[in-house]
Amino acid sequence: MARVPVDLEKVAHCRELAAAVASDVQSTIDRHTTVGVERTVARAYGVEGADADGRPLANALVDRIHAESSIGHGVAWFLGHALASGAESVQEAAEQLAYGERLPKPGEGSESDEAVRRALLLHTDEALARIDRASEERERRKRTLGLGATPLKYVIVATGNIHDDATQAKAAAFAGADIVAVIRATAQSLLDFVPEGPTTEGYGGTYATQANFKIIREALDAIGPEVGRYVQQTNYSSGLCMSEIAWMAAVERLDMLLNDAMYGILFRDINMVRTFVDQYFSRRVIARSGITINTGEDNYLTTADAVEKAHTVLASQFINEAFALRAGLVPEQMGLGHAYEIDPWREDSFLYEVSQAQLVRQIFDRHPIKWMPPTKFKTGDVFHSHVHDAMFNLAGVMTGQSIELLGMFSEAIHTPLLMDRYLSLKSARYVFNTARHLGDEIQWKPGGIVETRAKETLDKAHTLLSEVERYGIWEAIAHGAFGDVKRTRTGGKGYAGVVPREPGYLNPLLDALESEAPRAPAA
Amino acid sequence: MRESNILRAYGDREGDGMVQMTFTLAILPGDRAREAAKRFAEAHGLADPLVTAMEQVSPEHSYFVVYGRSRHGVDAAAIHVEELAHKPLEREEIEALGKTLGRKVVIVGACTGSDAHTVGIDAIINYKGFDGDKGLESYKCIDAHNLGAQVENDELARRARGVSADAILVSQIITQRDCHKENARAFVELVTREGWRDQVILLLGGPRIDHKLARELGFDAGFGPGTKPSQVAAYVVEHVVERARGKHVRPGVGGAG
Repeated sequence: MARVPVDLEKVAHCRELAAAVASDVQSTIDRHTTVGVERTVARAYGVEGADADGRPLANALVDRIHAESSIGHGVAWFLGHALASGAESVQEAAEQLAYGERLPKPGEGSESDEAVRRALLLHTDEALARIDRASEERERRKRTLGLGATPLKYVIVATGNIHDDATQAKAAAFAGADIVAVIRATAQSLLDFVPEGPTTEGYGGTYATQANFKIIREALDAIGPEVGRYVQQTNYSSGLCMSEIAWMAAVERLDMLLNDAMYGILFRDINMVRTFVDQYFSRRVIARSGITINTGEDNYLTTADAVEKAHTVLASQFINEAFALRAGLVPEQMGLGHAYEIDPWREDSFLYEVSQAQLVRQIFDRHPIKWMPPTKFKTGDVFHSHVHDAMFNLAGVMTGQSIELLGMFSEAIHTPLLMDRYLSLKSARYVFNTARHLGDEIQWKPGGIVETRAKETLDKAHTLLSEVERYGIWEAIAHGAFGDVKRTRTGGKGYAGVVPREPGYLNPLLDALESEAPRAPAA
Repeated sequence: MRESNILRAYGDREGDGMVQMTFTLAILPGDRAREAAKRFAEAHGLADPLVTAMEQVSPEHSYFVVYGRSRHGVDAAAIHVEELAHKPLEREEIEALGKTLGRKVVIVGACTGSDAHTVGIDAIINYKGFDGDKGLESYKCIDAHNLGAQVENDELARRARGVSADAILVSQIITQRDCHKENARAFVELVTREGWRDQVILLLGGPRIDHKLARELGFDAGFGPGTKPSQVAAYVVEHVVERARGKHVRPGVGGAG
């Protein structure tokens, strides 16, 4: 294979540095919870539905407790307490707590901790069993139908109407897609609640809701046997509802989730602590469910220069990997992201792209790495854009990328039309097939452009990681180490929803997820 | 008196009218589908349409490529277009002009409403710029503030007033169901209602924006795809300096057309 030389000692040291960075953050994570985490716990225990104004019960419940400065005890304590004192079900308990007159207080004539914990036992088991049942069903279907060849062809639908999305998703599968993502409505990452029910109105995409997940799952399950392969579904576990969406995806049998330890901080200006705490819990759920994550390093190259800042992508991949390992994911679940975003008119830019793609492939050899298409230099010249994407596809197949989000020739114009997606898939099918073993047949010139570039990228990533480790991630982000974006520890959205855990913080679900040993999904 | 200048599509020979169309119809490939595509092209004014590709793209749709001779022509001389009045300036010229103001030109930019796509505003404002043309932050005579994505109109107005902005750049990328128009118009209305519309230059940018649309929505100027930061810098600095000299030029009025 056309491999690049990789200094394995340096890679090992990068991993040590990233682990130290993640460790430092973990001590903060372990001392905090967030309203997002607590709503996830409530939903996992079975709290569902919304009031007439569309406010989910999970929000009403957690906000009520938070308003009385008690959410640091964990919503589980309150639900367990209500159950121990006679509530018939978790739903009834949640309604009493959300809308009742008085909220119990731990230690003030309340039920014993022992009774509270006991009341939750069966519900914790059921919450986990629900994830496990979905996971088993997913693996069974994968085994029965089989997957397409790598690079897996990933496309996006984004009509705003979930029923149109289902039609487009089926058409994409028909045209050869292996993975379908429903793009979210643009503002959703900053909503501090998950909308309820099927939705037919959204700008820039369609809301991620549990009901919408189910509709797309049904559509893809229906088309799978027709096209003779299992078609994977993905969505976004990011923004202020990162962990709630992870839970919904786990029980609705999604296959992948966009999920990044730092994306929300950098690109959505969500508070750092909020993001780190939320990503941890979301990834604990993801680890259990066997979902594959897709990280968002590709975004760095849309705000920073793809040649100068290539090493920041690699450094961030090490950090994302370290955080994911901390949350119990196995490498086979980590679709670390990178992108083909160098100025296409730059001489030998293709060699630079191949160099990094190959470097990432070799360093993350067990990981289903995700290769993202050109966007930044796309123009309205669809014919040229199609050629640009073909070069991206060539780099993807010759370096053995696992997941490839296909470029669209209309990238700079509109969300893809039916035929745009078809032509993109057709072109990828052609390039992947015509160059299937290209990477196995060639070798790079020793000391040439590709090798030199790979070495330089790893060296610079190593230097950056050393700095991040020295100053800590908080300082590093404050100084714009990633994507040239600067954020502060207490700035950003969602900070009001970050709460220190009380000494008696109760979260049996997290305890169970943390006691679980990482397990590789059945390949 | 103006000379008539009828433009026709040019393929291989003057006046041949050759154009290409691609489209999708809800019919499966076959003789009927081919004929449908041909008639569809004829209905668009193409003579002798040739269906060069017909492929099934979904369980119920086909995609077509058709070549044909367009019967239509346009009279370029009869066209009136709102064009930006400024002429391109070199960086040194912009800096020299800006210096005459005696203070920095303050520019605030944001993607407003639910729009989370900062590619455009970043390319214009951030130091890095785009395609070798450095962003507004790189100009000594400009104090640029990039507020980023998903900034609500009232927040943008508040922040702009807070720094006494000379100009505000609104970027709108997402265009589904014309949300970019409504949102942009609402911002102009807000500034007008608050009574400081005539103290500020309002610019609108995005892939679906042109000067004409921006003017219709109440902005002073619009910048479409391919706009370089230096064009925006030249426009703003020129107009701010002119205003400061007391020569209140309504930006965007005049010029070619």
